[in-house]
Amino acid sequence: MATEMAEAATRVVDLVVGVAGDTGVTPGIMTTGEMLTLAVSRVGYDIYTFQTNPAEIKGGQAWYQLRLSDQQLLSQGNDVNVLIAFDEEGFEKNEKVLADGGVLIYDASAYEPHPSREFRLVGVPMTKIAREQVRFPLAKNMVGLGAAAALVDLDLQVIRRMIEQKYAAKSMEIVEKNFACVELGANYVRSELGLSPIVRLKPIPRPERLVLSGNEAISLGALAAGCRFFAGYPITPASTILEFMMRELPRFGGVALQMEDEIAALASCIGASVAGKKAMTATSGPGLSLMVELLGLAVMAEVPVVVADIQRAGPSTGMPTKTEQSDLNLALYGGHGDAPRVVVAPSSVGDAFYTAIRAFNLAEYTQGPCILLSDANLANRKATVDRPDSQGVKIVNRLLAPESDERLPKPFPRYQITMSGISPYAVPGMKGTYFVATGLEHDEYGAPNYTPEVHTAMSHKRFRKLESAYANRNGDEWVSLYGARGEADLGVISWGSNEGVIREAVAQANAEGYKVAFAHVHVLNPLPEKELKAFISRVRRVMVAEINFAGQFAHLLAGRFKIDPIPLTKVSGTPFTPQEVLDGIRDAAA
Amino acid sequence: MATATVELKPKDYKSNVPPDWCPGCGDFGVLNALQRACADLKIPPHEVVVVSGIGCSSNLPGFFKAYGLHGLHGRPIPVATGIKLANKDLTVIATGGDGDGYGIGLSHFIHGIRRNVDLTYIVMNNQIYGLTTGQVSPTSLAGMQTKSTPSGNVEEPINPLMLALAAGCDFVARGFSGDTKHLAELYKQAIQHRGFALVDVFSPCVTFNKYNTYDWFRQRIVKLEEKGHDPTDFVAAMQEARKMGDGEVPIGVFYRNPNPRPPLDERDPVLASGPALVKRPMGITNAEGRKLIEELM
Repeated sequence: MATEMAEAATRVVDLVVGVAGDTGVTPGIMTTGEMLTLAVSRVGYDIYTFQTNPAEIKGGQAWYQLRLSDQQLLSQGNDVNVLIAFDEEGFEKNEKVLADGGVLIYDASAYEPHPSREFRLVGVPMTKIAREQVRFPLAKNMVGLGAAAALVDLDLQVIRRMIEQKYAAKSMEIVEKNFACVELGANYVRSELGLSPIVRLKPIPRPERLVLSGNEAISLGALAAGCRFFAGYPITPASTILEFMMRELPRFGGVALQMEDEIAALASCIGASVAGKKAMTATSGPGLSLMVELLGLAVMAEVPVVVADIQRAGPSTGMPTKTEQSDLNLALYGGHGDAPRVVVAPSSVGDAFYTAIRAFNLAEYTQGPCILLSDANLANRKATVDRPDSQGVKIVNRLLAPESDERLPKPFPRYQITMSGISPYAVPGMKGTYFVATGLEHDEYGAPNYTPEVHTAMSHKRFRKLESAYANRNGDEWVSLYGARGEADLGVISWGSNEGVIREAVAQANAEGYKVAFAHVHVLNPLPEKELKAFISRVRRVMVAEINFAGQFAHLLAGRFKIDPIPLTKVSGTPFTPQEVLDGIRDAAA
Repeated sequence: MATATVELKPKDYKSNVPPDWCPGCGDFGVLNALQRACADLKIPPHEVVVVSGIGCSSNLPGFFKAYGLHGLHGRPIPVATGIKLANKDLTVIATGGDGDGYGIGLSHFIHGIRRNVDLTYIVMNNQIYGLTTGQVSPTSLAGMQTKSTPSGNVEEPINPLMLALAAGCDFVARGFSGDTKHLAELYKQAIQHRGFALVDVFSPCVTFNKYNTYDWFRQRIVKLEEKGHDPTDFVAAMQEARKMGDGEVPIGVFYRNPNPRPPLDERDPVLASGPALVKRPMGITNAEGRKLIEELM
């Protein structure tokens, strides 16, 4: 269980709650989890969620997992301590993750559970209470929420405020009915069953923090970086970025568009950036596959643009609602020809804000595409984050040419060969700097040129820009180091949304006496060679942890650093648990 | 669209790169007419952006002195959309061939009309894939022998004008590159039209299309304005647009909606109410940032 973890030694409260059920039978499974999350966060606790929506449009088993603690949380945790299962299938499917002696809250008017292990059974006739006492059967989930609140001694008034926020605009009657269900659920647990709370969530006084999803954090980061043009096409699990931008960009004087396909989405972003505005699109693997030809254009024509790829599982349509980190190769190498591009990956919800800014900064600096690799796990889950500091972050804008009134005899040398590879940028409307941005190989003036000298020089230039970006990172941390500081028996390397869960497992392993170091890579191209070389040289063995089958990052590191890393991979459509990583470390270090 | 105070001549839009088209190519006429139209409208070259796809005709931006973007096959319309929305003060012209616009890029053509961004779309229609040395195109006539249809084309051509009319395009015209004076007049009207405007141009390929030659067109071409066509009459426009093939080939303005839809930059609340995006400050003010964060709490 999570409380055994070393970093949790000072934790008073560390609890994992799961909510399960068929959304077709019990509407609002996710709402139950979200309200509990927001209420717990509101009284000052750290939260970390994990959720899987059913693939069906309506109906199907949903899962919402909430871990809460009075200390900082790094993962969604392992076993569940409290399971709210609205139907029998929801219980049976998730019984295996309920800890021994854990609490099962179930709808006693729907089923009687037959557990195979010892649990504390809290049967609440949710459907009956909602139907007969409140005459609002739709809110049976709220009875379950009330029962859970009573068991953790959560102030019901905080939940009431959540309900008001959600439903007051509809009608106060709906607010009252929902809240009545919450109260009845809580009272049933306290009075009818005579149960006392298993934990008391006393409010912790601290400055109010944000509860954000990864997709919200990316969107906010883009806004802070100066993104004022967004074009997208709906795709799970990236659509919430499109929705956020359609809603929020106009307020900041920007334009957001839903295009006819992903190709048009990235093409219009490239157009907007050519005209001088920072632009982003967001998609998932199938969309990124369609965009690769345009990535090549952005490389060749040297146009800054950010593409957020919210990875889902599998090739083709795969598993749209499940998580995976299997687009790394596509992001790094997708498309024909030698087309260098920057690839960054956010490591947590809080980090996603700053990673979006880093993506724009690197796109602007290198005047090329930057792919931001997030995933379904990070996209949907909520976490408490400190208020993003948009004032304290550095914003980079592309190097602009001075405007000139002269009538130049030749076009502007837009693709001038320089030491850094970076050439001054000109935007339409500037006088005296006309040129053609082109996907053809070209000379310094943008004129087509297929000579061996020019293609060689321009290829060097395009790759040199990424080297310059690495050389000029100016203290921006491209690799985070955790665990053992000096020589170590095992060095774990990972990327993307695994950072927290590996930190947690590495801390536990070191507490058990293993000597494990951890390097988490934030920029995947250009690879931070120096930092990784230093890390690899001080560990006896390298293990690369990632959520894909082939070990895509492991292969990259093996080739680049001539090492033979142990792959720790997983392809179940779900993120690592701390226990899985810990087991991997124990096996590798044994 | 700003106008220049100094007099502009067609040669002011001539770049230092000589066109690489075959001698006699129809695209020369398209280029010359566009240079004349921009000079007549007094649009300063630095406020024009010509965006193209891939194909012989899509090389045009390189020969035209203005800002240009020579992009991907079939994608000039969405690229031009981004440019125009980021800077609505620019004159944005999307160009390409029939393969580019009516083949691989057809979806963007239809959605471009639907979205109604203020663009001029010029299609150099030579009814053949020229750059790849002579394969059948979406506008090749039935029966036409090409390298990829050695026994003759068994498919029927697409009718871009009827498609545009059906999709709701408010300005639909067709020109002939053998009559650059007439063509320049069509361009001027298209550029001045606020919204998506289509100018399909028969631009003969003298190398690979031995069927639809200058002579073939000259024998068939009829100017709509000379036969009393009313360009505000949608039904008449559809009837004229149907004519293609061995009968007469009408050119001119087929349709100009007397009540055109407002272009996207007039419908979008942000673009309608202020300066071009590129002329606005970037970043979030403290107050804006706080307000957004309050909403997310």
